[in-house]
Amino acid sequence: MDRSKLEFFRGTLDVLILKVLVWGPLHGYAITNLIRRQSDDALLLEEGTLYPALWRLESKGLLNAEWGLSENNRRAKFYSLTAEGRRQLRLDTKTWQAYAEAVAKVLGATQPPLPEESA
Amino acid sequence: MKPLPMWRRYERFFGPDPAADAKDEVRFHLDAKTDDLISQGWKPDAARREAERQFGNVRAVQRAGKKAGERMEQRKRWNDRWSDYLRDVRYTFRKLGHDPGLATVAILILALAIGSNVVVFSVVNTLLLRPLPFPDSQQLVWIGPPPQKCGKSCETYSADAYEEFRDQTRSYQGITGYEAFTGPDNLRLTGHGEPQPATGIEVMGNFFQVLGVQPKIGRLFTADETRMGADPVVLLSDPYWRRQLAADPNIVGKTIDLDSTPTTVIGVLPPSFDYGAVFAPGSKVDLFMPLILDRERMWGNILTMIGRVKPGVSLPQAQAEALAVEPHLCWNIKYPQSCGQYVGKDSSIYLRTLKDYVSGRLSRSLIVLWGAVGMILLIACVNLSNLLLARAVARGKEFAVRGALGASRGRIVRQLLIESLVLSGSGAVLGLGLAEVLISWLAHQGSLALPLLSTLRLDGQALGWTVVIAVSAAVLFGLAPGLRMAMVNLQEAMKDSGPGAGLGRKHERVRSILVTSEVALACVLLVGAGLLLRSFLKVLDIDLGFQPDRSASIKVEYDDNAPNEEASNAKRSAVFQQILERVSAVPGVEAAGMSDYLPFGPNRAWGTPIPKGKTYPPGALPSPLVYVISPGFIRAMGIRLHGRDFNWSDDQHGQPVVLINASAARVYWPDEDAVGKILVSGKTELTVVGVVDDVHEENLEGEQGWEIYYPAMQTGPNGAQLVVRSSLPPAALAGSVLHALRELNPNQPSAEFRPLRTIVNRAGSPRRFFMLLVASFAGLGLLLAALGIYGVISYTVTRQKQEIGVRMALGATTTRIQRSVLLSTLRLALAGIAVGTVVAMIAARLISSLLFGTSPWDAVTYLAMALALVSVALLSGYFPALRASRTNPMSALRAD
Repeated sequence: MDRSKLEFFRGTLDVLILKVLVWGPLHGYAITNLIRRQSDDALLLEEGTLYPALWRLESKGLLNAEWGLSENNRRAKFYSLTAEGRRQLRLDTKTWQAYAEAVAKVLGATQPPLPEESA
Repeated sequence: MKPLPMWRRYERFFGPDPAADAKDEVRFHLDAKTDDLISQGWKPDAARREAERQFGNVRAVQRAGKKAGERMEQRKRWNDRWSDYLRDVRYTFRKLGHDPGLATVAILILALAIGSNVVVFSVVNTLLLRPLPFPDSQQLVWIGPPPQKCGKSCETYSADAYEEFRDQTRSYQGITGYEAFTGPDNLRLTGHGEPQPATGIEVMGNFFQVLGVQPKIGRLFTADETRMGADPVVLLSDPYWRRQLAADPNIVGKTIDLDSTPTTVIGVLPPSFDYGAVFAPGSKVDLFMPLILDRERMWGNILTMIGRVKPGVSLPQAQAEALAVEPHLCWNIKYPQSCGQYVGKDSSIYLRTLKDYVSGRLSRSLIVLWGAVGMILLIACVNLSNLLLARAVARGKEFAVRGALGASRGRIVRQLLIESLVLSGSGAVLGLGLAEVLISWLAHQGSLALPLLSTLRLDGQALGWTVVIAVSAAVLFGLAPGLRMAMVNLQEAMKDSGPGAGLGRKHERVRSILVTSEVALACVLLVGAGLLLRSFLKVLDIDLGFQPDRSASIKVEYDDNAPNEEASNAKRSAVFQQILERVSAVPGVEAAGMSDYLPFGPNRAWGTPIPKGKTYPPGALPSPLVYVISPGFIRAMGIRLHGRDFNWSDDQHGQPVVLINASAARVYWPDEDAVGKILVSGKTELTVVGVVDDVHEENLEGEQGWEIYYPAMQTGPNGAQLVVRSSLPPAALAGSVLHALRELNPNQPSAEFRPLRTIVNRAGSPRRFFMLLVASFAGLGLLLAALGIYGVISYTVTRQKQEIGVRMALGATTTRIQRSVLLSTLRLALAGIAVGTVVAMIAARLISSLLFGTSPWDAVTYLAMALALVSVALLSGYFPALRASRTNPMSALRAD
């Protein structure tokens, strides 16, 4: 399967951003790298689309932004989770797991469902 | 992440820059990516290109970043400002809490001022500003001449004239009208126990369609129902349907008995349609029947005309067309000589919008009312300005400290403005409550003959107005103290600890000016109210031509159906004589008589009698108003009579007789006694047996027209109103009179027994209403002015405590101290009165058209005003003076 075809479902990017920020403040470039590495290079995103998502989350109050210095002393904007962001991450994670489970059940089915009993 | 060192923050020295931020952020990404690619072995140029390729549209992302950043920046600014305001408001509440007395007084004053403003605005809005409660109501016009001396008969049209006008004009989508001579309680609802009186009116078949009123249930009249011989049908008003028919949802199709005629109910009108509110202020109409034009053809002028002009037709266009058509209108097309009679110098059609017809004549009164209530608001603002200024002095140091700690002047002015806003906001809330109570009370004043009043309610527009006046009041009374405070020199304020320092004196001058202007405003209000009061008293003093006290009237049912007019006259004479004998025998009754119409109600005129032997050019003589009366009516009304009253032998076998009023007699036979003279009406010769005083018929204040009285034994009356004069109060008499009437006619409904005084009062109610309102505003103004004077004088006394102490220690007597305080009070009051008198004289000129028999420069009013103000001023100066004279020199000197 062509990896680049693995496109993002709507809203997926948001929850991934929230997730990678759990371990501490990161700048945008680090976020793309982390998402790529953690998905074993399975999830590729057009890097430009990351930033609007970051700004959206910032303006919703889920992220906090601050200018700081990167590893090689460049001025970079670092994002970190707010309390609100953490709450949102927990919520989204649960939703995603439930969703994935449901989809997996349907796809992994080996026989048609039993006819529904009328109560 | 390492924090950005301080020195590297220079880039945003001039404030946030979202565009540059977005650019930097994207550039960092590309740089980092390029570095990584290079370390993986890419050539620098290729690495850069690859990084940009993987990024996507760099420009678009930067643009989006700029927008997002700006939005966030803005929100941050708003949040900062908002929390600033919140802090100021919290601080305000804390500050006001320290001085609950002042806050209470201020809020009460504002509540009164704002409340009365909201009430008056609602009244003005309902009566004057808001369109009538019909769709596209600006298209509706009243077709008729301006008000005429000969009453409604000269302001209405015959069935033939209506049809001619309708067919010859092109400007209208529809023309309709109603029967103008309907009195209250003209019908009886039978079949539901005791006969119940009801008020019904005949309207043209298209009446509701032209007005744009849809029935709530059922349908409107059809064309068939306006033809001769149609089955009787009726539409019910919503209140009547609820009250009398228990809001029966299945009423449509049922029959009710009206005057013993089974009548089919075809619908119920919506609650929003209130006929009385628009067309007959102060009365209610329960039932609507279709008017059958063919039946009305011989009745003469009985129809009003209301038109709905086509879109795009202007009032002047329609007016020009009406004047062109008017000469072709015939009173009755069978009589060619009756054509063209509607044309006249003052009686030609004068088109007005229906709105103008309904409330146009009230506009001046309402605008005066609005002005008066606006003045109240102004006085209240001046008063509060004064109160707050006094407080600002006390807070001078607080603000000086805040200023020294870096608060800008703007910030301090803002703080003071927020305080004013909090005060005026609280006042507005309280005032709205007050207004709501007053408005719902006013809306239920059925006896007040003002149009549309029953539709009065506190609506969104009134709320909007409340906000407008609350905010402008806050700015008005908060700005002066605010600016003054902000202009204070910090060091001076810090030093200004002792009494008698410069700042205090400056404030005092401002406060004196404020009080003077307050007194001047109160002065204007008092003069206005005084003039209106004088006018009202003059109106009460008018010789009505009859004596309404101790008389009362009731509508009487009788039956004079007979095959021909003679038999009918004879039958009626007998019935009337019987009724009057019976009623006169009731204990307490001094006189009793009947007439078909009463003053201040509907009226009519017919024909123009001419003195025998004289000739006049056509149209030279006006038509007198006609009353058909029984013997005894003149005495029961208390009308002065020269000559003799009718008696029972003035029947159809006797010679035709009439009574005329003094105005008519003066023109018919100048310098001669009219009694015994002959009037010719058509072919009949009428002997004038008496001359009576002019009776006010149409209104209290205008000149009366001519009046002629026919005996009910010779001419058919249009119903009968029994008038009873008695030494007992009408209520005590009602039962026994009704009992007597019931004995003669079991069908006599339990109609209302109305004292004539009530009828007169209703006619005078608009003037009373305006007078009372303006007078209460004047009272309020006086009270506020007194408060203002008290405040200033009392503050001065407190401030000069030491000085007074010194003077007393040096031998000044108590009287001397008191006199000096009272003198300074008087000085303030007199200055205010002087300015106020000048303004009042200008204002009085503006209201001169509202006055009756009173000059706008009425000396008594001005003197009374000055007297009232001086005494109120002295009274409010007296208490501070007393306090001053009780100063203990020792403690005063020791203080501070």
